[in-house]
Amino acid sequence: MKKYTILGNKDTRSGFGDGLLEAGKRNPNVVALCADLTESVKMTAFKQAFPERFVQIGIAEANMASIAAGMALSGKVAFYSSFAAFATGRVYDQIRQSVAYSNTNVKICGSHAGITLGEDGATHQILEDIGLMKMMPNMIVINPCDYNQTKQAAIAIAEYKGPAYLRFGRPKVPIFISEDTPFVIGKALMINEGKDVSIFATGHLVWEAILAGEILAEQGIDAEIINIHTIKPLDSEAILRSVEKTGCVVSCEEHQFNGGLNDSIAQLLARNNPKPMEYVGIDDQFGESGKPEDLMVKYGLKAANIVEAVHKVLKRK
Amino acid sequence: MATILELENIASQVRRDIVRMVNGCSSGHPGGSLGCADLMTALYFEVLDIKPENFTIEGKNEDMFFLSNGHISPVWYSVLSRRGFFPVSDLSTFRCLGSPLQGHPTPKYNLPGVRISSGSLGQGLSVGVGAALVKKMDGCSNLVYTLHGDGELQEGQIWEAVMFAGGNKVDNLISIIDYNNAQIDGNVDTVLNLGDLKAKFLSFDWEVVEMQGNDMKDCLRGLKEAKSLTKKGKPVVILMHTLMGYGVDFMQGLSSWHGVAPNAEQTADALSQLKETLGDY
Repeated sequence: MKKYTILGNKDTRSGFGDGLLEAGKRNPNVVALCADLTESVKMTAFKQAFPERFVQIGIAEANMASIAAGMALSGKVAFYSSFAAFATGRVYDQIRQSVAYSNTNVKICGSHAGITLGEDGATHQILEDIGLMKMMPNMIVINPCDYNQTKQAAIAIAEYKGPAYLRFGRPKVPIFISEDTPFVIGKALMINEGKDVSIFATGHLVWEAILAGEILAEQGIDAEIINIHTIKPLDSEAILRSVEKTGCVVSCEEHQFNGGLNDSIAQLLARNNPKPMEYVGIDDQFGESGKPEDLMVKYGLKAANIVEAVHKVLKRK
Repeated sequence: MATILELENIASQVRRDIVRMVNGCSSGHPGGSLGCADLMTALYFEVLDIKPENFTIEGKNEDMFFLSNGHISPVWYSVLSRRGFFPVSDLSTFRCLGSPLQGHPTPKYNLPGVRISSGSLGQGLSVGVGAALVKKMDGCSNLVYTLHGDGELQEGQIWEAVMFAGGNKVDNLISIIDYNNAQIDGNVDTVLNLGDLKAKFLSFDWEVVEMQGNDMKDCLRGLKEAKSLTKKGKPVVILMHTLMGYGVDFMQGLSSWHGVAPNAEQTADALSQLKETLGDY
């Protein structure tokens, strides 16, 4: 098992904020829109650096999504951000018509995604957003794993022309991807080469997958771990290559089973190379208030749950 | 500058196009389209600063128009083609398989003149606000125009955009409300009363202009007045009084013609009331 060192602990939303600032420095056409959550979604640095390119919308997410579309079609790279629940689900129709169908250059940036939003509870803990966004034609979906990768992803979607959904979170999570690791949209990142089982993880569950890999190594199980930061377009080649080698799969994400990365991989395998597969994620439930770490345990998103899923899938091989 | 008579003649041809288009595919929305034929003719043939021969989505250094009530696509398609955005013969493909003239407008098939999809109501004002903000950012002096149905004002997002535009002094924007008091389920007054619309817009810090939308002379007057009020710290709304189905006696004023296509006999009757001025497509 390849050794990963924790380079620090930082929230991925700060990676977004720093990436947005960098994208703004590189391209004068980058604009940012926010609905009364500027500091929460870490847009403050951009706002201070480029006040004339920042739009405070007020608490009106539908208006924000469509204004972003109007700015994008007029030549801007329009980043809008809110909590993921309000940036996606609340404005599904606006995204569908004014962003995806119209193919406008809008970057939907969903912060505080998943149950690790914590104490605010289920109203704010969206676990359906990956599915909602990936179902839309023209939309790409990116769910990076740590601060460094989120920063790079924010810069990458600014350079990509077309609708994009970037998902990130509130709590501090380990940084383990180096700053100079290349980030390519749609290209999975190999974390650890192995031969017994393929673990595909997205978001901060990649870190849990690494911890699981270390436990499995002690048990004599050689796990291949791949970071699927881009859920759409899916890196089919990397996934099929790995599964052909290992013969079984565990997928991990902080999202509903329905519609998540799990579904994308299962669909790919069903059509190309069906193999036993287990899911680590949320099984058709809403979250609840609590500390992020406690919620991770209660809802089964920890390294121990991944280890358990690996044992289960190995028996089905 | 076109004369009133020339514009009225174009509007008459546009009305013929609308009736023939919806009859041709046995579907579509003639009511609001007919009611807005005079406005759309005035806008595209007299008021808008546009470059039909060199259309770009970005619309730099020209006026931009957004149709928020996308279901009245027949009038827009007719006016765009008559103004030279695309061949008039394309109107025969309206709502047909493979046509860029979709039931509701979209830029997906690169139809010149269309910058964003509309159909799901209530989004076009926000989109127009976004375009207007960019014009200000880029130092472009041109204006943004949006058109809405009166029933569409029942959508909450409209009022988010109204509040934003007033509060942020988006004064390079002219929004036009097709105030025909008709929507699918009946009169707007009875389905969901809009109340005192003028007072509502005034209270959101908009300038309000009223005009008779089925009187070409008054359309030009109202649009000119609206333009004179721009760049003075407030967005401008035109409450445009029209009749649904204007120009065809058996459709006029009836909400039942919102989204019903005339049959062959009704089409012949309608066309007999509308002068062919530029040649049918």
